[in-house]
Amino acid sequence: MRVSQVTLLQEYMGRSAAAAPEKTSLVFRKQRFTWAEVHAQAGRIANALRSLGVQRGDRVALYLDNSPELAIGIFGALAADGIFVVVNAQTKADKLAYVLNDCRARVLVTDRILEPHYAEAIAQAKHLEHALIADLGDGPAKIGATTCHDFARTVASAAPTWPEPKQIPSDLAAIIYTSGSTGDPKGVMLTHHNMVSAAESITTYLENRADDIVLCVLPLSFDYGLYQWLMTNLLGSTLVLEQSFNYPAAILKTIEAEKVTGLPVVPTIASILRQWEEKGARLENIRYVTNTAAALSLTHIETLKRLCPNARLYSMYGLTECKRVCYLPPSLLDQKPLSVGVPMPNMEVFVVGPDGKELPPDEVGELVVRGPHVMRGYWEKPEITAEWLKPSPNIPNEMWLWTGDQFKRDADGHLYFVGRKDDIIKTRGEKVSPKEVENAVYALPGVQDAAVVGQRDDILGQAIRVFLVLTEGTTYTPRDVIQHCAARLEAFMVPKYVTFVSSVPKTPSGKITKKNIWDHSIGARLSGDEL
Amino acid sequence: MSENETRGQIRTMILESFLQGGAPDALKDDVSLERAHIVDSVRTLELIMFIEETFGFSVDNDDAVPENFDTVNAIVAYIERKRGG
Repeated sequence: MRVSQVTLLQEYMGRSAAAAPEKTSLVFRKQRFTWAEVHAQAGRIANALRSLGVQRGDRVALYLDNSPELAIGIFGALAADGIFVVVNAQTKADKLAYVLNDCRARVLVTDRILEPHYAEAIAQAKHLEHALIADLGDGPAKIGATTCHDFARTVASAAPTWPEPKQIPSDLAAIIYTSGSTGDPKGVMLTHHNMVSAAESITTYLENRADDIVLCVLPLSFDYGLYQWLMTNLLGSTLVLEQSFNYPAAILKTIEAEKVTGLPVVPTIASILRQWEEKGARLENIRYVTNTAAALSLTHIETLKRLCPNARLYSMYGLTECKRVCYLPPSLLDQKPLSVGVPMPNMEVFVVGPDGKELPPDEVGELVVRGPHVMRGYWEKPEITAEWLKPSPNIPNEMWLWTGDQFKRDADGHLYFVGRKDDIIKTRGEKVSPKEVENAVYALPGVQDAAVVGQRDDILGQAIRVFLVLTEGTTYTPRDVIQHCAARLEAFMVPKYVTFVSSVPKTPSGKITKKNIWDHSIGARLSGDEL
Repeated sequence: MSENETRGQIRTMILESFLQGGAPDALKDDVSLERAHIVDSVRTLELIMFIEETFGFSVDNDDAVPENFDTVNAIVAYIERKRGG
């Protein structure tokens, strides 16, 4: 087990900068930064945030695409004794406003290109005092009560020396928002201790090294993307950051040119890589490939093995509430390709029945997790927190995480993901609450009933389908519904299929039930996408 | 088809399909479609398929890079190059 004796997350950056100041820390398109440069820039951001009034425990929201501003800004927020909140740059105005208000962010770091969304959100944000905006240019100096500053100008005039930290490891480092079954996002509270522990456990089993060069095409708003950066900080290795996986041909060229050794993927990326693998592409330098968010199919596993012939392939499982739970040791991949393996170091898991008692092998129950990585709860949501964090039956005041995921163990103790207890959809590696999509659909005039479900999809993992009952006299095409949703929801939440039906199944009390919705809709379908 | 007509077709497709029929000034010809979240990986593929169908040539995997597709200007220049060559 790796133990680096770091107490606060941001100390990783300080240590890496001291150990190898001239080594490349971060590559983003044509920009390259050494560890000394990212360290100095994080110090400037921290001092700029302090000068804007950020104090210990204040929330600093970062609403940006993957970029040096975002990656280094996270450490700047930490070095200012703040709590960082990364908001996916696909987020639209209403949800951004919700997050800003929910965590009462004091400062927002963003980019002028996102102005169509942030301007409206800032106008609704009651607690936001300042916005640091990349490329502000001729943008407004004030939005409502919030003062806007140009990011580069403000940061350049601040000192690079890091302020003395006041935090301790039990303080919150981050709040990561995740979809909840009620439709409102929930803020997962993570302490420095939680995140340092998780980073050290993961880098232990992945056998990460200081000479790793890791590619990150996943958003840093997603914990899987975020940890790529945290872990290269831990090791003093190099992160090659991309905004997205929109242009696979360009990414493959970057992998070759930068001699990337670590490749984190989700199944959607593996699907897209397949056509390159079939044309003979080979990535010889890759030493390890990781997958999480949803299981890889056997076809994906074969694709990745051929594409990266020298790589160890890790199937993993986790959830934001404790970062990661388990991984399949690569040596077991041929023998047990569908298993997610064993708990990672410093974590213990149980598969339990409804009574909380551990189940024998091969019986399906809920996965319960304990360890130093388990969150402190959902930000200002004590009731939902109490459903997820429950007291340990034998250690006073220790909270165990009830994941809501159905699991089983085989006779050797290896874990298998079976399904979700709730109806959360996993698509493109992201969690989507059907309720959140339904809320957006109901904003369309003339929608009487809406039921959103996930269905198997080779590329997306699950695709989103909405069944709609319209009021008399209302007509829409699937495209109308999709465009309406695209204006309100992140792209991954927008339904792929829209089916108009005469009715949806309901319980005797009148609540929509999705249990028999597919069978029901065969007879009830009126128009739109076929079943 | 002239360069202006090509530009018009690309702009119309992006405005109608990706910007919910937004006003023409919602789309600047030099703005990064990726950074402005006008396209994502699925829409990039849709855009490429539209170009293949409309202009009658196939886009090689190796050509599917931001230099050719990330702005309206880049797309128009790419189509003109392909047709010229």
